[in-house]
Amino acid sequence: MAWLHTWSGLVVGWLLFAVFLTGAVSFYRQEITQWMRPELRQPTPPPDAASIALNRLHGIGADARRWLIDLPDERDPVAHLYVWRDPGKTPAFQREELDTASGEPVAARSTYGGDFLFYFHFDLNMPSIWGRLIVGAAAIVMLVAIVSGVITHRRIFKDFFTFRPGKAAQRSWLDAHNLLAVMALPFHLMITYTGLITLMFLYMPWGRDIAYQGDRQAFLSEAALSTTIPEAANVPAPLAPIGPMLAEAARRWDGAAVGRIDVYRPGDANALIEFTVSDAEQLAFHRRKITFDGTTGEAVATTDDTHWAAETQGVLYGLHIGRFADPVVRFLYFLSSMAGTAMIATGLLLWEIKRRPKEAEHEKARFGQRLVQTLNLGTIVGLPIGIAAFFWANRLLPPDLAGRADLEAIGFFSAWLLAMFHPMLRPIGRAWVEQLVFAALLYGTLPLVNAATTGRHLGTTLANGDWVLAGFDLTVLGVGLLLAWMARLVGRKSPSSAQSPVPEHAASAREALEQQR
Amino acid sequence: MKGGASRIDVLSRIAAAVVGGYALSAATAVCLALLLPIARSEAVLTGTMVSFIVYVCVAIWVFAASSAGRAWIGLVLCAGMLGGVALVFHLGGAP
Repeated sequence: MAWLHTWSGLVVGWLLFAVFLTGAVSFYRQEITQWMRPELRQPTPPPDAASIALNRLHGIGADARRWLIDLPDERDPVAHLYVWRDPGKTPAFQREELDTASGEPVAARSTYGGDFLFYFHFDLNMPSIWGRLIVGAAAIVMLVAIVSGVITHRRIFKDFFTFRPGKAAQRSWLDAHNLLAVMALPFHLMITYTGLITLMFLYMPWGRDIAYQGDRQAFLSEAALSTTIPEAANVPAPLAPIGPMLAEAARRWDGAAVGRIDVYRPGDANALIEFTVSDAEQLAFHRRKITFDGTTGEAVATTDDTHWAAETQGVLYGLHIGRFADPVVRFLYFLSSMAGTAMIATGLLLWEIKRRPKEAEHEKARFGQRLVQTLNLGTIVGLPIGIAAFFWANRLLPPDLAGRADLEAIGFFSAWLLAMFHPMLRPIGRAWVEQLVFAALLYGTLPLVNAATTGRHLGTTLANGDWVLAGFDLTVLGVGLLLAWMARLVGRKSPSSAQSPVPEHAASAREALEQQR
Repeated sequence: MKGGASRIDVLSRIAAAVVGGYALSAATAVCLALLLPIARSEAVLTGTMVSFIVYVCVAIWVFAASSAGRAWIGLVLCAGMLGGVALVFHLGGAP
């Protein structure tokens, strides 16, 4: 079973490292987007944000089949408007970000913001569904690695209290790997399984497709997961005022905020208006809803609680994305995910270190060893360098440059690619130090770049209580210091700079590993 | 598994875990979706959520079995049984 853990971990380790790291960062997706659009002041959304958004939609999408509004909240200051039209009308789909304080479309630099890392987390920015399939396959291997890892570690309880820093290199890496894994084990199991659940019908459509003979809409309606769009009566009728409906929702939900408004067949006599509770208000992703008749304003339906399997799936989904979390729980999500990221990194390094003494004896085995070393460094430090380059590009590219959002993404991929090639040209130990120092500089000086290019820097944000931007700057500063400390550690451990991040004590360490089996 | 595992044996087990594991979990999802005596949409969701757990168990069992041949026999028997049940229900007038 040990070899299953070792090899399944190696095969998907680099990919999983990237998925875990971008996933951890995605818990702050909205905050990152705010940092990346510094022109956008955090306005307090006006109390009548919903009717301002509806007015705007009357202007841009009167002939639509469906409108959707994601209302602004504390973490995301803008309203997101979506418009769908019936076949034959153009454009079929339209989206806009609305500043509800001014009633105008958002005027800020074009950027993918936190969404870029969020989408990378599950589709690797690949076209079509290939990225999602690859990430799903890696996730199932991760589950196998976790469970076989538990079986491998008969001494799992003892390992929890075992850390021998500074001992034989392999042993302390092994201890660190075990400690990180065991500490956050329930979280890792949860986050991997629930991750699969978020896209489960992409991976496993057979139950649904056979039971429903391919009629997906019938399934969604029966499971109360989506509302069927009513047929148009083709009789014009104005929408009822939204205010009384919001009051009714607040009464039924004990004051919980409305997060999303769907309008089906706006301007038609058959119009429906549907409210969904804000995703900060409840754990489950399939949230409470109220449906109103669009022309009379009468409540016509609410979600019932008889769909326990749908509710279970909603809770699993909600657990994965953590939008219900308050700042403390959100931070714990972030820390646990970072522990997972570190667990994968230590596992990959362990694989490399464990094999070094043996493989050195075979000249032809060197290529594989070298490949693993390169991929390890190019991923473990290379990806953070790519993310830093993404943030730098956001500040350095002119705000009104055409195509700048894509250029930011290109910055991310080119920096990462260069970090992948760099270890091929340098002795591996020196390459580690160089990349760590470089990454430390990129992160550590990012607040300075921010100060040089915008007015919202630590000098003003701390004084003004602008916590989202201040928090971002302080976090990257902390990351920079951490990377600098790691660079110093690695540099000191391998003065000859010809070896990996750690020296080898092959004999004793290999013994420790044999015991482990 | 150490030492004795031939390359063919390992490849065969990987194939069993990937292909056989997926087939068996898909068969589980379909069977539960058709057979569970609850609302159809609920049965579909339950079966699909359970199928991933089945996949992990199958993958680990395939690598723990005493030989690749045994793993395959177990897989084919289980998947055949589930698939047969699903087929009978599906053809015999699914709800």
